[in-house]
Parts: sequence; structure tokens; C-alpha cells
Amino acid sequence: MLRESATFDRATIADIQRAAETGIYDIRGGGAKRRVPHFDDLLFLGASMSRYPLEGYRERCDTDVVLGDRNATYPLHLSTPVTIAGMSFGALSGRAKEALGRGASEVGTSTTTGDGGMTPEERGQSKHLVYQYLPSRYGMNPDHLRMADAIEIVLGQGAKPGGGGMLLGQKITERVAGMRTLPMGVDQRSACRHPDWTGPDDLEIKIRELREITDWEKPVYVKIGASRTYFDVKLAAKAGADVIVLDGMQGGTAATQDVFIEHVGIPTLAALPQAVQALQEEGLHRKVQLVVSGGVRNGADLAKCMALGADAVAIGTAALVALGDNAPHLDEEYRKLGSAAGFYDDWQAGRDPAGITTQDPELADRLDPVVGGRRLANFIRVMTMEAQVIARACGKAHLHSLEPEDLVALTIEAAAMARVPLAGTSWIPGQAL
Amino acid sequence: MAALSTPLDVQEPSSTTEAVVDLSIADVRQLNGALHAPDVAEKAPSWRVTNPDGRHGIAVGLDAEVTVEIDGHVGYYCAGMNKSATVTVHGNAGVGVAENMMSGTVRVRGNASQSAGATAHGGLLVVEGSAAARCGISMKGVDIVVGGDVGHMSAFMGQAGRLVVCGDAGDALGDSLYEARIYVQGSVKSLGADCVEKEMRGEHLAELAELLAAAGMACDPAGFRRYGSARQLYNFHVDNASAY
Repeated sequence: MLRESATFDRATIADIQRAAETGIYDIRGGGAKRRVPHFDDLLFLGASMSRYPLEGYRERCDTDVVLGDRNATYPLHLSTPVTIAGMSFGALSGRAKEALGRGASEVGTSTTTGDGGMTPEERGQSKHLVYQYLPSRYGMNPDHLRMADAIEIVLGQGAKPGGGGMLLGQKITERVAGMRTLPMGVDQRSACRHPDWTGPDDLEIKIRELREITDWEKPVYVKIGASRTYFDVKLAAKAGADVIVLDGMQGGTAATQDVFIEHVGIPTLAALPQAVQALQEEGLHRKVQLVVSGGVRNGADLAKCMALGADAVAIGTAALVALGDNAPHLDEEYRKLGSAAGFYDDWQAGRDPAGITTQDPELADRLDPVVGGRRLANFIRVMTMEAQVIARACGKAHLHSLEPEDLVALTIEAAAMARVPLAGTSWIPGQAL
Repeated sequence: MAALSTPLDVQEPSSTTEAVVDLSIADVRQLNGALHAPDVAEKAPSWRVTNPDGRHGIAVGLDAEVTVEIDGHVGYYCAGMNKSATVTVHGNAGVGVAENMMSGTVRVRGNASQSAGATAHGGLLVVEGSAAARCGISMKGVDIVVGGDVGHMSAFMGQAGRLVVCGDAGDALGDSLYEARIYVQGSVKSLGADCVEKEMRGEHLAELAELLAAAGMACDPAGFRRYGSARQLYNFHVDNASAY
């Protein structure tokens, strides 16, 4: 009988063999694949005798959210708390960016640029566009800053807290290279630190500069990858952020070393309560809004984020899947690339059969941005309605009225991280009974 | 962190006289708000700022053909993201002067702190004194002329544009350089990864002479050496791993 080693399993052996053959670490897209405590480990306590529910389809359950009303003249008013996470033109095709803008606008939410600047397709189709301000400053243009609806200073992302961006040469086409002022075909390695500020004191000055440039009109977000979340959120809020975007380790990337994705950062579930605690202690919870991303996949995840204290969520991987990534009808083409539908993560390679994570014009043409946008809008609507179903069942007339008291955990680990009781008990690990 | 909305009461700005803003009375928000007025170039093309006293974010985000003279030292990010304007600091500048400048001219009569001209896409930045570390970091097309020395890691990841150093350069000059060109008259303490000395040909002497003239630096181009990217690290190869 063959017995597979738990330590040297087939995947581990394949990794060693691949490294020995190629001399380079594995680079891929997506987020952490390892099993970590997640929103699936939480359950809602629907209303019964001690709480009363709201009627589905009859009694209101609102979903709108205002982001960035702490300092900005024009905060964002969104119809749903499901926003689109930052993803670059370069990592994605222009048509994919356009589709994201179309879908987001159709349901009254925001989309976000990425490393490499703002494209006309994206600005043109996005009613609410958040402009990322990254360490590389590729394509950073004050005109675009003024055209944006909000500014997001990126300190890190959940897939790689402490790491810079990466875009391999096969995706640095003439247009991408031109936007980023890079030679065509280089393996682009973005900086991991901002070039003109370091630490929270500098960040405060930088935030003020961006406000001055845009005449205090636009909300300023700060995005962090989940690691030392409690401290990072406190420092970002005290530095003046209007909105904090918290990205857990399940959050996707277009291209990062597998070892980075799987071994750096903490799960979204572990990070979210830390962020809420930090804001509460500063008296800023609900004043500085919290947007959570990293493995948000459905309305249940959305509702759980709301209940734990988030103001909104951001989706990236789920949005790409909604556009058509990993579609079953492309299975044969995925298999030609050594993958399969449902498994494809070589977003760095630029050969995406779905035409989303590519700069190849023929592949990119496969994505109809109108159809893609419609699919994304459908998905966000479903997410929002699913969350409303849960909120009504908990007797809540607004998604933001969900609270930790509505939740229990299925595992001790999830109970400790989420700071809610283990189901059927009143025990929250780490807290006195 | 609330923005002030009080309109700026400057000394009779007009197309023929210089508008004067005293930052011991007005605040930076009022100054920048006035400089961002859509018709500023027609109604008040010349500005003088007094008592800056190291304040941050002075004259940022300008987008008009105006002239701003600042009498004194400035803090972080003076003239950040400048477009079209001509800004002169009659003093020293803090971190990130002219960061991400797109066009126009920024001149610092004294010394500049770290990250001068960081990520700037265009225009001309002149530092008549010396510039600290990371001068021209991630520069994307700007021309920077420094009358004195530059600190370590200057032109780090420089993508495009020219950095001219009339004095000496610190450690790791031009580390991970892309296509920015560097000219140094004095010594270079060390070169960064993938940065090499290159032949100074006629076209380089000519462009250097133009840059020095534009900056008002009386230096002989023949006394400079040129540095650029060896382009060995543009695409990852395992044999170059030790260079990173």
C-alpha cells in the first residue's frame, strides 16, 4: 500500500522538483490557498423568541454606505457596501477594467485603479472611481488625482504585506510600458516602500499634501495588508485617513511569489476585529470607515464583515470570477496551459483564456465589457440581497446594524479570532467568562 | 484635520502686481486654494510667499503658468505635483520637494532634504546647494540639476530623465536603474546594482551643456562622467540572483 507523507506530500515534492529545475521561485496569482479560519467558520443567530425578524421582501433593509465623510467635501455615497478592489491595468486588460467599471456603476458602487495609473476606459465607465497612490507611482498624474472620486494610499496588500508589485515582462506591452514609463518587456518590480515618506508622522504630512492638491474635496483611504493590524489601523487613523482598507491574506494578487502569498500576513477573520478594536479605542469607529477585503465571496461573507464592524467590503478575485475567470467552458484551454477550470491562477503569465488577466489583444477581445459588466452587476446584487436576507433574519433594518452579538463560531480558532462565542456556549477564547 | 475655507485676503493680486501671502497670517490651505483658482494665471500670475517657516505642502498641485517666490525655508513636499508653474524657494527645502512634478521649474536656492524630485515625470528641478539621500528616486522623466552633492541611493529605480550632480554622489548611485541618465562631476562613492559608467559621447556632452545652462550652473560638461543602466537585471535570471 502506497503511503503519502504528510510532510513531503506530492505538492511539496513537486515544488522541490520545480525549484531544482528552474532556479526560480514560483510566481502566481490569487490569494492564499491554504485552509485558514474564515467566515465559513461563523454562523448567524437568526431571530426567534428573544429577537424578532423583519419580513423578507416587505420590511426595509437598507444597504447604502457613505465612505470618507470625515474630512472630504465630497464623500462617496454608495448604494451597496460591496466595492471593487484595486486591480491594475496591466495586470488586467483594458476591457476587463472597463467591465469592472460598468458593473460597479450599474449597482451604484465604486471601483479602484491599481499600479500603473488610470485608463480612459475605467474612468469613463466608473461613476465612483478610487485612484490608488502606490509606492511605484507608475502613471501617477495630478490631473487623474483631480479626476478621481477618492484617493487610496496603498501601504500593502493582503497577499503580500511588505512586498511591492510585480508585473512580468510578457504583460509589459507598449501601452502598459508607456503608462508606467518603463522599457517594454522588463520584469517590472515595483517598490515596496513609498519613495518620499516613511512612518506615520510622514504619512500625516503626505495625506495633507494630497488633500491640498485636491482642495480637500476627496476622501483619502489608506490600504494596509493584514499583519500587525491593530497598530497599523491606529496609526493610519491618527495620521488622518478617512477610510481604512484592510486586506487579509486570502486577498488576491496578479503576480507574487507563492511563498509570500502563503506565509506572510494573517487571515481576514483574524484582522478585522483588531481593526475594529483599534478604531473603537480611538473613538473613530464608524467615523473612519473600514473596508475589508480578502476572501469575500458571497452575501454571507458580506454580512459577517458587517456584523464584525466593517462599513463595506471590497472584492477582487470574486469580481474576476464574475466576469468569467475560470469559466467551465474554457476548461480545455486551461488544460492546455497545465491547469483546469476552477484551478487557473497563472494570472501573471498573460495567457488567460478568459481574456481578463492578459494584455494579448486577441485574448482580451474575448471579454465583452458590456456582458462582463452585467455579470458583475448581477453578482453584486446577489451578494447584497443575500446579506439582506441574513440581516432581516437577525431583525436588522440596515446591514450596518448587524453586530457581533448576532454571530457564533464553529471552531475555537474562529471564536478566538472573531471574538464571538463558540456555538452553543458563552465562551470566547481569551476573554473572561 | 479640518480644511479652512476662509478666502485668502492677499495684497491686491493683479496681472501687473505681485500677490503677497504672509504665512504668519494666512495658512497653507488659503494659499493653495488661491493658487488653484481656475483663472489664477490671468488675474495674478506672480506670487510671493513670506514667512513659510518650514510649513509643509506649500504651493502643491499648481496647474497654471504662475511664478511663486518663497522667501524662506519650506517643509515637506513644496511644489509637489507641479504643472507649468515656476516655483523658487529662497531657502532650504524639506523632504520631497517637487515630488511627482509634471512640468514647470522648481528651484531651491539652498539645500534639499531627502527624495527631492521623487517620481517626477517632467520639468526642471534645480537645487543650488546639495540634496540629501534618494534624490531623484523613481524619477520618470524630470531633469534634476544639483549644484552640490547628492546623498546615497540617488536615482534609485530611475526610469527616465536626467540627474546632473555638480558635486559628489553618495553610496549606491543609480541602484536598479532603468533608463534615467546620470552625470556626475565629482566623485561617486559607489554605484548601485546594475548601474555602470558609460561612454560620454557628443550627444551627451550637448544635452549636459543644455541642462547646465538651463540650471544656471557654470560647469564644464567635459568634467563630468556619465552613468546608466547595464540593463542586466531587466529580466530575472537565476545567475543574476546575487545582484539583487
